[in-house]
Amino acid sequence: MIKHNTVKATINGMAVEVPFGTSILEAARSVQVNIPVLCKHKDLLPTAACGLCIVKVSGNRKLPRACATALEDGMEITTHDTELTEVRRTTLELILSNHPNACLTCGRNGSCELQTMAGEFGIRQDDIPRYVRDLEPDCSSGSIVMDFTKCIKCGRCIQVCQQMQNVWALSFLDRGINTRMAPAGDISLNESPCIRCGQCSAHCPTGAIVENDETAAVWEELRDPDKYCTVQIAPSVRVALGEEFGHAPGTDVTGKIYTALRRLGFKAVFDTNFSADLTIIEEASEFLERFAHGNGELPLITSCCPAWVDYMEKRFSDFVPNFSTAKSPQQMLGVLAKTYFAEKSGIDPASIIQVSIMPCTAKKYELERTDEMYASGYKDVDISLTTRELARMIKQSGVDFNRLPDGEADSILGTYSGAGLIFGSTGGVMEAALRTAYFKVTGKNLEKEAINLHAVRGMKGIRGAAIDIEGTEVRVAVAHGLANVEALLKEVREARDSGGPIPYHFIEVMACPGGCIGGGGQPYGVSDEVRLQRIKGLFDGDESMALRFSHENPDIKKLYDDYLGEPLGEKAHSLLHAHYKPRPAYQR
Amino acid sequence: MNATSSPELKEIEPEVRKGIDECVDRWKDKEGNLIMILHEIQNQHGYVPREASLLLAEKTGVPMARIYEVITFYHYFRLVPQGKHNVTVCNGTACYLKGAGRLLNAFERKLKIKDGETSNDRLFHLETVRCIGCCGMSPALVIDKNTLGKMVPENIEKIVDDILKTEQTNEN
Repeated sequence: MIKHNTVKATINGMAVEVPFGTSILEAARSVQVNIPVLCKHKDLLPTAACGLCIVKVSGNRKLPRACATALEDGMEITTHDTELTEVRRTTLELILSNHPNACLTCGRNGSCELQTMAGEFGIRQDDIPRYVRDLEPDCSSGSIVMDFTKCIKCGRCIQVCQQMQNVWALSFLDRGINTRMAPAGDISLNESPCIRCGQCSAHCPTGAIVENDETAAVWEELRDPDKYCTVQIAPSVRVALGEEFGHAPGTDVTGKIYTALRRLGFKAVFDTNFSADLTIIEEASEFLERFAHGNGELPLITSCCPAWVDYMEKRFSDFVPNFSTAKSPQQMLGVLAKTYFAEKSGIDPASIIQVSIMPCTAKKYELERTDEMYASGYKDVDISLTTRELARMIKQSGVDFNRLPDGEADSILGTYSGAGLIFGSTGGVMEAALRTAYFKVTGKNLEKEAINLHAVRGMKGIRGAAIDIEGTEVRVAVAHGLANVEALLKEVREARDSGGPIPYHFIEVMACPGGCIGGGGQPYGVSDEVRLQRIKGLFDGDESMALRFSHENPDIKKLYDDYLGEPLGEKAHSLLHAHYKPRPAYQR
Repeated sequence: MNATSSPELKEIEPEVRKGIDECVDRWKDKEGNLIMILHEIQNQHGYVPREASLLLAEKTGVPMARIYEVITFYHYFRLVPQGKHNVTVCNGTACYLKGAGRLLNAFERKLKIKDGETSNDRLFHLETVRCIGCCGMSPALVIDKNTLGKMVPENIEKIVDDILKTEQTNEN
């Protein structure tokens, strides 16, 4: 038999030719036909759970599900007709009959896939008796809130948690109508292996899993005349927030965000890119200390991702000595806002409220991770909001975001280099650190095209590269999406245990696929296409900047000269470094 | 995947640990071993204790989440110990039509526990099943392996009291 690489068929009378193995759902998209679906997500394998993507195949009396059926040669597919629409409507009504009628007070009001579909299908009746289980929401994690009653059992969160992130906090418990997604046994998320990455919330089609909305707390602080509210925005927020206001993914709206934040009432607007530069200085110094002077374990592993830190402490705690002690940019900026900035501007640090805008739900957890997060004598960062929460605040405030003039950040903690900007992408921390490490070793900067370290860029799950720094080979690896981490660490562990040469000197890990730009707190609708556009936004920004090295950031130099002293010095150590310890995956 | 580390919160009794060790070693390299191991654990304890699952996860590398998916999928596996006396009310079609609900209510009132629960003194466990194959004598129930048919709610009081009486006599 001849093996064909493509299959030819017709969809609604239109000829299609797609690669062998393509699902009917995907094939239909290639001829601009969208088949309704609630369970299949572009990132995930089909589960055939929702039953909405049924289609007709000539010669087949059944209605196969388009997400889980491969297109075959000669198939004649009908995706839409009166009968299919009626069957879909009934299915949708059945799903809605197990869903609380609580749209108006739901965290996904306006962004819910189920609500949208009910609207598109013109559901006007609510005749089927409603059965919704009486279950309390799980608010224990502080990062995400799970409301089991809103779950439509699509299985996305389970696949995300188990396969994409390899965390296995969530499972499908029980069966049939009683099925629910929850940690193993009757324990709360906070007692489970959950690392709060929030990818479940970013993939959930409904309001069953949402970020813990803390906008009300921020409004309260902003209203308090005795408080001096300051704010920082993370690298990834600027290339994604625009999506909430109609811009394409990757559009850089930094200037508008600065202006919007001032209009919301923040008295000082800082940029996490600045402290990303600072993290690089400390981390690159730490790397050279370990690499060139043998002070400390190799490989050095990045620790700026709090979900990854939590994962390592729970699952790979034998790597505690390998973790960079340099705090994440969020925490570095927070501590400096309440020490350096407070001193320089003569403001009582007790009155300063520091809010961070992050692409991330785990950043909420990082605020109180250890006592070291209070290094200023106060809680260094008071409240952390996700990109989605900031969008909500801007919309509430009446600010016409798209027509805002561009603003500036406050220079003392706001100037940044392109190296700080790319922190939000997978490989970005590594690239930024290598640019500075190269300078520290050789005394000169990488030039022109060599600044762009293409070897560590891209979307492959694990990327290894050997970087030549004047004859010395530095072996680095980058992993993103936690499912990719295990293989990498096992390779390191085996080499270590057998006494062989270490495969890598420096490893960057980001918990979310694509890095922070694909974070669990980013605007909905993520896919690899969107991730690549956001990454491009960051790297285009880097390329357009005159300042591309963290060590050349003038405000960073001033900070060390005026305040911190030397990298890894005493003051730097007390303010900018943190430690790690093993933690149990299950607390009970 | 890497085993989830077992917390030191609950001390695992040495004989439980030994039993699981042996069981896991016996099934280690066989496909579909999880269900067989769970069977053995339940046969040994009457249910699957959480500590046993945690240890099992550590030893087999199967995540806790997956172990609990299997345990809760199959009606057979239990997460809580049963009572000394087990009441099973049949709720199959025939029994359902003939008033199984009223029998269940009578037990729930008398024992002060709900369907699927065990009394605090572990004396009684109450549950419903779909069909016990005795439709001819519906509504039916099973107490401690004795099948009783054509039951009415008024019988329940006496059935429970008789058991309690026997228990008291035994105690004295």
